[in-house]
Amino acid sequence: MEVVEEMDIQEQTIGIAPVGCSVFAYDYMDIDMQEAAHGRACAVATGIKRLMPDKYVFTYQGDGDLAAIGIAETLHAINRGENILIVFMNNAVYGMTSGQMAPTTLAGMHTTTSPDGRDVGYYGAPIKVSELMAQLPGAFYVTRQAVNNANAVRRTKKALQNAFKYQQLHKGTCLVEIIGNCPSNWKMTPIEASKFIDEEMVKTFPLGDIKVPKTEELKTI
Amino acid sequence: MTETKLMKGNEAMAEAAILAGCDAYFGYPITPQSEVLEYLAREMPKHNRIVMQAESEVASINMVYGAAGAGFRTMTSSSSPGISLMQEGISYIAGAELPCLIVNVNRAGPGLGTIQPGQGDYFQSVKGGGHGDYKMIVLAPASVQEMADFVYLGFDLADKYRNPVLMLSDGAIGQMMEKVQFKPYTRPAVDKSWATTGKPGTRNRNYITSLFIQPERMEQHNLKLEEKFKRIRENEVRFEEINTADAEYLFVAYGLSARICQKAMDIARDKGIKIGLLRPITLYPYPYKQLEELAAQVKMMLSVELNSGQMVEDVRLAVKGKVPVEFYGRMGGMMPTPEEIVHHLENLIQYHHAN
Ligand SMILES: Cc1ncc(C[n+]2csc(CCOP(=O)(O)OP(=O)(O)O)c2C)c(N)n1
Repeated sequence: MEVVEEMDIQEQTIGIAPVGCSVFAYDYMDIDMQEAAHGRACAVATGIKRLMPDKYVFTYQGDGDLAAIGIAETLHAINRGENILIVFMNNAVYGMTSGQMAPTTLAGMHTTTSPDGRDVGYYGAPIKVSELMAQLPGAFYVTRQAVNNANAVRRTKKALQNAFKYQQLHKGTCLVEIIGNCPSNWKMTPIEASKFIDEEMVKTFPLGDIKVPKTEELKTI
Repeated sequence: MTETKLMKGNEAMAEAAILAGCDAYFGYPITPQSEVLEYLAREMPKHNRIVMQAESEVASINMVYGAAGAGFRTMTSSSSPGISLMQEGISYIAGAELPCLIVNVNRAGPGLGTIQPGQGDYFQSVKGGGHGDYKMIVLAPASVQEMADFVYLGFDLADKYRNPVLMLSDGAIGQMMEKVQFKPYTRPAVDKSWATTGKPGTRNRNYITSLFIQPERMEQHNLKLEEKFKRIRENEVRFEEINTADAEYLFVAYGLSARICQKAMDIARDKGIKIGLLRPITLYPYPYKQLEELAAQVKMMLSVELNSGQMVEDVRLAVKGKVPVEFYGRMGGMMPTPEEIVHHLENLIQYHHAN
């Protein structure tokens, strides 16, 4: 929201919050928004953006939403190169429904539906959404950031600023994955949760840019 | 003078969508209605409109949600299995009060069923289909002409009530070639100040949602919707009556089966049986009142459907036991012949009223 305000694009921005903790996103943002069904944010965003190509359209999705029930909509939107920003909150669990296993749950991680730890032999390994999606030609900018310390927040903000700016170019989808925490469902204190990100989450989900636009592609900004 | 064209129902519907100013169509191929997407893929770009083949019906209905929420005139179409996939999205659209047009070119089921026509989606269309308390306005065309006309009507009703409208056609009407005229159309002005178009400093933000976590607010929203459905029931009932003035018996049938009943009616009348036809045009709201009135006049009603007997339940609700209400139908994409229907009618008359 800060990014939208700083760029002074409130009047041109429409957000989509699907089901998950992100339904509460609208409480924090004074912009036009649509709530979407669980997993369908990218289809809703497509419907908006195709009709209003000059507006800024972003989705704010959890990992269950984006990587499980909505992976088809997400993958196809990116493959079409929809000029939208996908903000992907990866907290490795289903938050809203109180801590079940997500496609991004780490190997061995305990959740309410993997009480003995995620068995990758049974459920497969955590999906690395950003690496997967970056392979699609429609993906323009893909980055993974965190928000568990001041520097990380600064980098995340920069990534979001870039992603909003890139929408003006009409060159494809921007995907900003944010490693978030969910202390209540991880059954940790906030400090432990922050440490868990630095020590465990980043092993599976290394931070940094995964796909960046070429310099010549950015000339017109 | 309006030009007369010879067209398939599905194509006439697609052409009418363009003439009605449909800004965007989202769809996924399925027989027997793939012509709609094919026609619009060819024609919409010429008018600078959006047409998109989505990755699934789940995606197409949610694209419709987004576009409708942004204030645009938008539609999708599919056939039975695809419409089933859309039900969650339709429930959200109804909950968020978004206007749009959905067309179901009904094929016979259940499951993958057959690509032949059927009317087995009646319950799904008029009784809810998706989860929660909501209604769609349901229009049932019985000709290629009506497939075109009901596009305009459907969009206008959707806008008027901020509610999804379903056109429930079937594989035969969608595929048949008939004469059609595209009448001049002017789009009524509608206020869409609720749409998410980007929030200027001069207004509060717009938020499209069906989510009301607090039960008190959810119930308020439910009551508001119910009030709207009541207004729809009071104002939008549409039906056609043929030969009812002197009728002693009555066919009740919609869409394709109403066409077959018309032929059956001619045969029966030639045999001296005074039978009429009531054809509901809106399946929701349903012409309960008209049927109740006719119950005071006729000796028996026969609901003819291409299913196992779905609409007959609404006929019985309307008639409240005043006269016998019977059912005749075929399933699986099989069509009853007019002669078969008359034969059945004669047996029923014999059974109920032989003297
Ligand atoms: C079709 C459907 N299935 C299941 C649910 C229940 N549900 C709501 S939120 C949620 C999981 C959300 O998890 P995630 O997307 O990771 O977001 P978070 O809450 O962690 O932010 C589920 C399963 C639903 N609302 N709709």
